Amino acid sequence: MMRLPRFRYVAPASIEEAVSILADHGPEAMPVAGGTDLLPNMKRRQQTPRVLVGLRRLEALRGAVQDGDGFALGAGVTLAELVELEQVRRHYPGLWQAAVQVATPHLRQMGTLGGNLCLDTRCNYYDQSYEWRKAIGFCMKKDGHICWVANSSPRCLAVSSTDTAPALIALGARVVLRGPEGEREIPLTELYENDGIHYLRKRREELLARVRLGPAGGWRSTYWKLRRRGAFDFPVLGVAVAARFAAQGVVEQARIVLGAVAMRPVEAAEAAGALAGKPLTDAVIEQAASLAFKVAKPMDNTDFTLHWRKRLSRELVTYALRELRGDDMRQTRRRLARWSLGLAA
Amino acid sequence: MSEGRFQIIGLPRRRVDGRAKVTGQTLFADDLALPRMLHCKLLRSPLAHARIVRLDVSRARSHPGVHLVLTGRDLPTRFGILPVSEDEEALCGERVRYTGDPVAAVVARDEPTALEALDRIEVDYEPLPVFTDPQDSLRQDEPRIHDYGYRGNIHKCVSLRFGEVDAGFAEADEIFEDIFFYEGSTHLPIEQHAALAALDRDGKLTLWSSTQTPHYVHRALAKVLGLPPARVRVIATPNGGGFGGKSDVFNHEIVVAKAALILGRPVKICLTREEVFYAHRGRHPVLMRFRTGVKRDGRITAMHLQTLVDGGAYGSYGVASTFYTGALQTVTYHVPRYHFQGCRVFTNKPPCGPKRGHGTPQPRFGQEIQLDKIAERLGLDPAELRLRILEKPFAVTANYMRLGTIGLAECIRRVTQACGWQDKYRKLPEGRGVGLACSSYLSGAGLPIYWNAMPHSGVQLKLDRSGGVTVFCGATEIGQGSDDVLVACVAEILGVDPLDVRAVTGDTDLTPVDLGSYSSRVTLMMGNAAIQAAQRAREVVAQAVAEHLGVPGGRLVFAQGRVFDAEDPEHGVSFQEAVCLAEAKHGTIGAVGSYTPPPAPARYKGGGVGPSPTYSYTAAVVEVEVDRTTGWITVPKVWIAHDIGRALNPTLVRGQIEGSVYMALGEALMEEQVFRRLPAKRSHAFVHKFPSMLEYKSPTSLEMPEVETILVETDDPHGPFGAKEVGQGPLLPVIPALANAVHDALGVRVDEIPITPEKILKALDDKAKGGPGRYGPRSFPEVPWPEPLIVPPPWEGGDGNATHDPRRRHAREGVQP
Amino acid sequence: MSAETQLQIRLRVNGEDVHVTFDAYKTLLEVLREDLQLTGTKHGCELGECGACTVLLDGRPVLSCLVLGVECDGREVTTVEGLARGARLDPLQEAFADLGAAQCGYCTPAMLLTAKALLERTPRPTRTEIRESLSGVLCRCTGYLQIFEAVERAAARMERTEETEP
Repeated sequence: MMRLPRFRYVAPASIEEAVSILADHGPEAMPVAGGTDLLPNMKRRQQTPRVLVGLRRLEALRGAVQDGDGFALGAGVTLAELVELEQVRRHYPGLWQAAVQVATPHLRQMGTLGGNLCLDTRCNYYDQSYEWRKAIGFCMKKDGHICWVANSSPRCLAVSSTDTAPALIALGARVVLRGPEGEREIPLTELYENDGIHYLRKRREELLARVRLGPAGGWRSTYWKLRRRGAFDFPVLGVAVAARFAAQGVVEQARIVLGAVAMRPVEAAEAAGALAGKPLTDAVIEQAASLAFKVAKPMDNTDFTLHWRKRLSRELVTYALRELRGDDMRQTRRRLARWSLGLAA
Repeated sequence: MSEGRFQIIGLPRRRVDGRAKVTGQTLFADDLALPRMLHCKLLRSPLAHARIVRLDVSRARSHPGVHLVLTGRDLPTRFGILPVSEDEEALCGERVRYTGDPVAAVVARDEPTALEALDRIEVDYEPLPVFTDPQDSLRQDEPRIHDYGYRGNIHKCVSLRFGEVDAGFAEADEIFEDIFFYEGSTHLPIEQHAALAALDRDGKLTLWSSTQTPHYVHRALAKVLGLPPARVRVIATPNGGGFGGKSDVFNHEIVVAKAALILGRPVKICLTREEVFYAHRGRHPVLMRFRTGVKRDGRITAMHLQTLVDGGAYGSYGVASTFYTGALQTVTYHVPRYHFQGCRVFTNKPPCGPKRGHGTPQPRFGQEIQLDKIAERLGLDPAELRLRILEKPFAVTANYMRLGTIGLAECIRRVTQACGWQDKYRKLPEGRGVGLACSSYLSGAGLPIYWNAMPHSGVQLKLDRSGGVTVFCGATEIGQGSDDVLVACVAEILGVDPLDVRAVTGDTDLTPVDLGSYSSRVTLMMGNAAIQAAQRAREVVAQAVAEHLGVPGGRLVFAQGRVFDAEDPEHGVSFQEAVCLAEAKHGTIGAVGSYTPPPAPARYKGGGVGPSPTYSYTAAVVEVEVDRTTGWITVPKVWIAHDIGRALNPTLVRGQIEGSVYMALGEALMEEQVFRRLPAKRSHAFVHKFPSMLEYKSPTSLEMPEVETILVETDDPHGPFGAKEVGQGPLLPVIPALANAVHDALGVRVDEIPITPEKILKALDDKAKGGPGRYGPRSFPEVPWPEPLIVPPPWEGGDGNATHDPRRRHAREGVQP
Repeated sequence: MSAETQLQIRLRVNGEDVHVTFDAYKTLLEVLREDLQLTGTKHGCELGECGACTVLLDGRPVLSCLVLGVECDGREVTTVEGLARGARLDPLQEAFADLGAAQCGYCTPAMLLTAKALLERTPRPTRTEIRESLSGVLCRCTGYLQIFEAVERAAARMERTEETEP
């Protein structure tokens, strides 16, 4: 049986207390919410915190509320709770589609939105047991020096594998971080760094408290996930698109964000820019898909080959844009996702 | 027995162990706990091929909570499932042969303590060159992974020629030559292997283990531990899935047994999932070349098959696996002349062995795709082609397999009718397609693993005045329903409710030997033994009842818990009264039954692999939807018809068929047991690419297509109530049928598995560039084949013996081969 | 094992309050199997990759291998041992046993509990809903189809029972 290393568990009663415990213990301490990312990593000795700071009792991290014209989601909301929210399903379908495709129904009961946003980057050379990693002489992400994905790489190339982050970045979400000095709010996209080790631009003791979404009026959004199986698997490619439409289907503003093709979610800004002021004709979609294809740079450290994953970035962007245009993409969705995502047949 | 209707046989019924499985009462090996039990963990090699230069366990021994540390020195006797390849050590002594090979064991108060101690063991290794694939092993003889075998790193190399093959090719109107590759895969039972060893009250050793073959484990334990077999008891706990992966004798079983003997305390081990990937014994990766000559009407004139089998680091069942890659090509379609060459090499990977279909899904994949190509070239419908060339029931084939009933024609007709073949094949819109394939499989290996003249399966029955019946048999319940088959056979003969029959199985102390749950042998062999025992018991009871009722014994009917006069059903006694009468008349009532397969007509060397009392037959149609731009594959539906002989419990039969379809689709589309060599200039590492359930892709409920299952019953004279196997055969046709469906959908061929979206796109790219539209292996390496053994088929005057056996000739001439 | 490395919690397991002392590193899976001897809950990877260890925690299907024992204080756990009412099997158990939904039986507890949670929420699920709900538990034996059928039959039977028990 794979077992956890020994640790001390503390259950702070408030977010302030949690932050101060994290600050006091430094790198020895890690927060744990749903546990679905951290605990397997601890069992494989990828992370071995001496102190676990349990967040599940913190009411301040929970709940979902109207936030002016927008919507605010606590980081501690589970993914299962998130997909139950009519607000999310109706107004932020891209987020809903991303959340409903994370891992499995069971893991969504446990895993939280905050946990998915802070998901450790993943790599076939890293997500292995201690003994396996020892056999390859470890890698720079943990206990070693080299990146086995590209031996000359100065940076760790572990892949950003969160589904909800691309969806939320496409929706222009902001996140509230809580540290010892109080709260600060940043655009979600600024939370990420293109580095497999230092992939989060937040201080270790800072906690992701909540996610703020702007008004949904006029926006349409979608998320397409590529993975081998309809359950369990992390994305080998995620495509999130959000667009605001004017009359006659002309795009006013759009964001296209690719997941699982780098160490952070990647914004295909040029591709999104190519949509502005235009209706989503086949030609416009094709141009945007080609531009997005250029920025997709998957590496050979996930399931499937990188060439195919790159090739598919063009297709998935096309699917997403066609769906936003109003094409009936349900059959394609059903085949790719292996189920209908509960969208009406 | 065949007259009239059955009372139990053939009716869908809750399996006898159904209740235990849904209440959590079924105890699997890791569910067992004994007082004072200790826990064992194994230290495994981080290198794929190395000499152990120094092994220092002193710091582990002194670690608090550690009770014992074992190394190879403590267990010097080698073992292996086949007597011809006893090449395994419980703990490696001088050499490690794959990453994960165990070198030491720690027994401690709990697993965390054992793990801490493992970290304190010091091992120095001297790395040796690593053999990563069969081509390496063919190219380079030194260093040898094992100091036995054909030569260098070739474990086994065989050549069998049945008839005038060259003449056969000369007669052909067309000759087809194709190369295929079948990737390795693993069983992935959800239950990880576990074993618990303890000394019983008499000081004898007991091992509980999730094994499919308690009898073979029993033999191996006695041998390796130097104990009289009568002092060793092996109990096979219900397996949480086996699929062939728990049929070997495993090092962890021997280690805990040794530890329990030394410590006098119970010792348990449960492998982690990663370790299960190292235990492996899964599907051999096989490269194969098929050369087939056909007449214009589709008749096969000759076939030449070469297989290159990647064995991994140990023998396991590999010699048998090698022969199996060539043994069953002749049992579906008439192949009058056949040349088979098979070569198994050692590589530095976890050993391959028997996985569902054992050695036969690989060549079946090639053969059935090639037939599809032949049909296309000859302008024949693939179903029609197959119907034309089917082998005949009860025939003896070119390689001397004696067949039983063959319901394959009906399987093909039913399956094509059910799927609407006429309206679909070559008629569906682009991107959608259907494919057909057929197959056959053994109903039990005709020969045991070690040579002996004893029965393959034994059954004992106890009847007593309670009216209860207890049936004892060494067969092993691995989920397939063998306990249910055992009970059903007895209950049918004695006319009692299956719930009044208790099965005691898989315990070498309590139950007569059954060789184990492998080669699809249990229903046929155990079933026949059970029927024999039950008939003998019925005879004894019938005598007493006949006397009591004053009717001739022959007129008595055993049904619905009664024994009565067929001519006057009211005139009778309850089964319980009947047993009381018999017990009063004869004394204690017991009966035994046993089964030994009929002698096989194959008498040549190598002819021991393939013979079976009878063979099951299957036809499958797979429908696919393949996206031209992404290569993405969807399987909406599979139709499958299986000649089961007779379905003893149709619910279980359907479960085996659907489970086979599932496992086949996993292999066809996504499962791969593959390895990663790190850059040689930076590392010696050669590791399993992803020994985890997340990255080894086992299909979920969302990938499973609809399946229409059709049972064809041919009432085989060798089967219990006419039954044949169902556990393995239905896996075989699904994989090539899927490949053929992809071709129907897009006009491209993927001649290897898994068939992935990327390979489909590559085949499409190839076609777009004017190529044949194929993705797959292009060449077959040079193999130093031996001189062939020549065996004339029956129609060339043969008698099952070789007329030209190079080994025998050498022996006669006094030359060592 | 020194006292400070052990914890004690109060759990409601299958309707009964229990106090259990266990090594502090343990997950709910280990506490159930090793400290409460409830071995009906299985394990296949202990990493959240197979679903075999599913239990209901406060009524929701979760993977017990990824739930810290320490976080279960005061919570309610249902395992396969708690599905039957006395000696009477749950309709799901009956249907699984009757229809071949349990072959080796190793994923069965997880499938049963997952299906139980589904039917609590959605008494007459569609085939698609069943497929999706069960997608977090791997089965290597059945090909899932007989499991789907068993859930459907149990749902139909429970509905009939409710109709007759006003």
